[in-house]
Amino acid sequence: MPAILELRGVKAYYGQSEVLHGIDLAVEERGVTVLLGANGAGKTTTLRAICGMVRSKGEILFAGAPLQRRATEDIAGLGVAHVPEGRGTFIGLTVEENLRLGAYTRSAKMHDGIQRMYGYFPILSERRQQQAGALSGGEQQMLAIARALMMSPRLLLLDEPSFGLAPQIIEDIFVIIERVRRDENVSVLLVEQNARLALELADHAYLIETGSVVASGSAKALADNPQVRRSYLGY
Amino acid sequence: MHQLLQQTFSGLAAGSIYASLALALVMIYRATDLINFAQGEMAMFSTYIAWTLVNAGLPFLAAFLLTLLVSFAGGVAIERIVIRPVASAPVLATVVVTIGLLLIFNALAGWIYSYTVQDFPSPFPDRPVLGALITTRDLGVIAVTLTMLILLFVFFRFTSTGLAMRAAAQNRESARLCGVPVGRMLAIGWGLAAAIGATAGIMVAPILFLDPNMMSGVLLYAFTGALLGGITSPVGAVIGGLIVGVTENLVGTYLIASQLKLTVAFALIILVLVFRPNGLFGTAIVRRV
Amino acid sequence: MNKSAVAVVSDELAAGRYAALSIGAWRWIGTAALIAFAAVLPFGLSNYHVFELTLVMIYAIAVLGLNILTGYNGQISLGHGAFFAAGAYTAAILMHRYGVPYWATVPPAALICFVLGVLFGLPALRFEGPYLALVTVAMALATPQLLKYFDTWTGGLQGINLVKPLPPVSLGIDRDRWLYIVVLAVLLVAIRIAANMLHGRTGRAFVAIRDHPIAAATMGINTARYKTLAFGTSTLFTGVAGALFAIVVGYVSPESFSLFLSLSFLVGSAVGGIATIGGAIVGGCFIQFVPNLANDVSDAAPWAIYGLVMLIFMYAMPRGVVGSLGPWIARLLPQLARLRVSSAASDQQCKGRMS
Repeated sequence: MPAILELRGVKAYYGQSEVLHGIDLAVEERGVTVLLGANGAGKTTTLRAICGMVRSKGEILFAGAPLQRRATEDIAGLGVAHVPEGRGTFIGLTVEENLRLGAYTRSAKMHDGIQRMYGYFPILSERRQQQAGALSGGEQQMLAIARALMMSPRLLLLDEPSFGLAPQIIEDIFVIIERVRRDENVSVLLVEQNARLALELADHAYLIETGSVVASGSAKALADNPQVRRSYLGY
Repeated sequence: MHQLLQQTFSGLAAGSIYASLALALVMIYRATDLINFAQGEMAMFSTYIAWTLVNAGLPFLAAFLLTLLVSFAGGVAIERIVIRPVASAPVLATVVVTIGLLLIFNALAGWIYSYTVQDFPSPFPDRPVLGALITTRDLGVIAVTLTMLILLFVFFRFTSTGLAMRAAAQNRESARLCGVPVGRMLAIGWGLAAAIGATAGIMVAPILFLDPNMMSGVLLYAFTGALLGGITSPVGAVIGGLIVGVTENLVGTYLIASQLKLTVAFALIILVLVFRPNGLFGTAIVRRV
Repeated sequence: MNKSAVAVVSDELAAGRYAALSIGAWRWIGTAALIAFAAVLPFGLSNYHVFELTLVMIYAIAVLGLNILTGYNGQISLGHGAFFAAGAYTAAILMHRYGVPYWATVPPAALICFVLGVLFGLPALRFEGPYLALVTVAMALATPQLLKYFDTWTGGLQGINLVKPLPPVSLGIDRDRWLYIVVLAVLLVAIRIAANMLHGRTGRAFVAIRDHPIAAATMGINTARYKTLAFGTSTLFTGVAGALFAIVVGYVSPESFSLFLSLSFLVGSAVGGIATIGGAIVGGCFIQFVPNLANDVSDAAPWAIYGLVMLIFMYAMPRGVVGSLGPWIARLLPQLARLRVSSAASDQQCKGRMS
């Protein structure tokens, strides 16, 4: 399967410090790839580099087209939907307004898109006129994913969707991610600390430590990898 | 009692002008965390443009609309050319830039149009109505301001550009991730603020008479109104502006003659702020540790 | 150390070992040279230029006060002109009504402005950002009105005319140069006090409060006390500058202390470098000279030129002259000190250190 996203030798910088030291990464089309790693390893930075939110060097190719040095809003317009760390919902706007914003680049399909999202996330339909800030953590996560899907993206970047959520909600979210991947025909790059669930969902996995990829392979192979098992799966 | 009502109504008319300018200030503050000190002088300059057009023979409405267009374009240009270079610099640098703009516009107006006080025509005749409670001119001012506010409300609530602008003001990064061109939204915001300011200037010029220093007092009251209402709240800005207008009028009529009017009006408003430091409708700036 | 710093420095200089001197020694030499230069400067210039330079130093002291409050402690003030006026009128009233000699008016002005600053600083604790800006603007606007209103004390619109002080006869210099020296002395004392405070514990508390108020409070810094102290200290400096202004100019009137003065201080601060001490001097120069230069360039619209110059400075050096150039020069200095190192000299240096 061809790769929808490729990173070659990507370095990223916060100010003068180099925090990613040459990342090589590929996301298969219509596959789920997961980036594992501890806090501060560079997972979020990798996603930010893809979206042009940090200074970076190296090659980032999306469906063959280079992304480096493009503005974040242009990258979004190309079909890369990023659900950032902390959800990034517009807490001052209503649920429906958040969804409408998601379709900013695809305004023609807005109405159908919104109905489809309410199909995936019925709870959002119930709360459609409420302020997004009044939603619970799990609901906000669903809203964030729905908003990203409104863009009809080809690539979905998810940064720690399980963060701060109760275990049952996390399970629900992951079920939705799998369903979405199937029905929306979208490729997923998932950043997670919750390795067990992520590896069950994913096809491919990368392990990042202090800015470099230290292990990669199929999800099953990494689940059996002793390094990963000891550090992240606990046995 | 009659006088009280009279003064209240004329205070509302003045207040609606303060409210418009306050709204312009709040729009820019919400998007950029910045107070545009040059807002008043930009409005004054727009008013001079309108004056030039009217003197050249254009009918009032045409001059008004053309001025709005030019002011919008001017606002966009200023954001792109003057403000953007210091957007990533410390806030103080941008404050100084807006102060510099203030000086430049004021001096330019004085140089081009001289400091002689001019008459500015009002589209509304100045006749008392409603049992001499209010003049048609004041009614006209309130009507124009109200119309403008309704148009803005519709724009921000029901159009996708308006929604994108609100989003860009609240959370720039998330807006970018949705594909919103944040830079362009900022420029449009400045353009709108300039157009609002132009309206305020054109409404106030018949009352205060046109000269380069016309708007400095208005800007101050608008700033006060915006803060009184809560610098993050557009509705608050409007209500704050109205309150300031009425207060200023009533203080001037009943309490103290013009000498200390400014001081007393300020003192009252600051008293309110002491009890509600974020304004009447403002939300406290929540700081996450 | 057995030898005094002066002795060490002169020994090393005599032996031609410039590079062996530490940065501290170089800084000492530089500062001494600068002070000496400043002290003899007025004797080579015309009276008017001496007067201008004296005003530069007065504005520098005022801007230094603002730097303490807004630069180091992060509380914006668009109303420091009010405290400048307070100091000026205190000095003027003391001299005019009570015949107090000019040099004795500075301490009372300092004290009164300190108290005023604390009195304003306390309610100011509740305000932040644009709200604080508004409160200070209100102060600045109220000042001319209040000065005109209480005209029995302040002389109202007419202001107060003062007799310019006479220099001590024994020194044999004229009035302008004597006042220059006096103001220079006060400026140096002010810089010394500011430097001690800002480079020490108090300064660190100020900066901590500015950058991370919550973290600072969690660490046990009494933010209310330090913020109020910053306000009082800041207005003390600006008040002293005001008193000197009254003395040097010999005339105070409400129109000299408008909002524009407060804005000028802020602009001077920003142009020099808001969180620096040296920037205050640059700011003083800016406030004094740029309006005059603007007039020379265009007498039709001088303020437009002034505004333009402000813009250019902010584009070129958004952190101010000293704020932007300072770190760059500081990196350069160690390189300069190493210029004359030869292996013999460095051996001597090593031996000297170990003994």
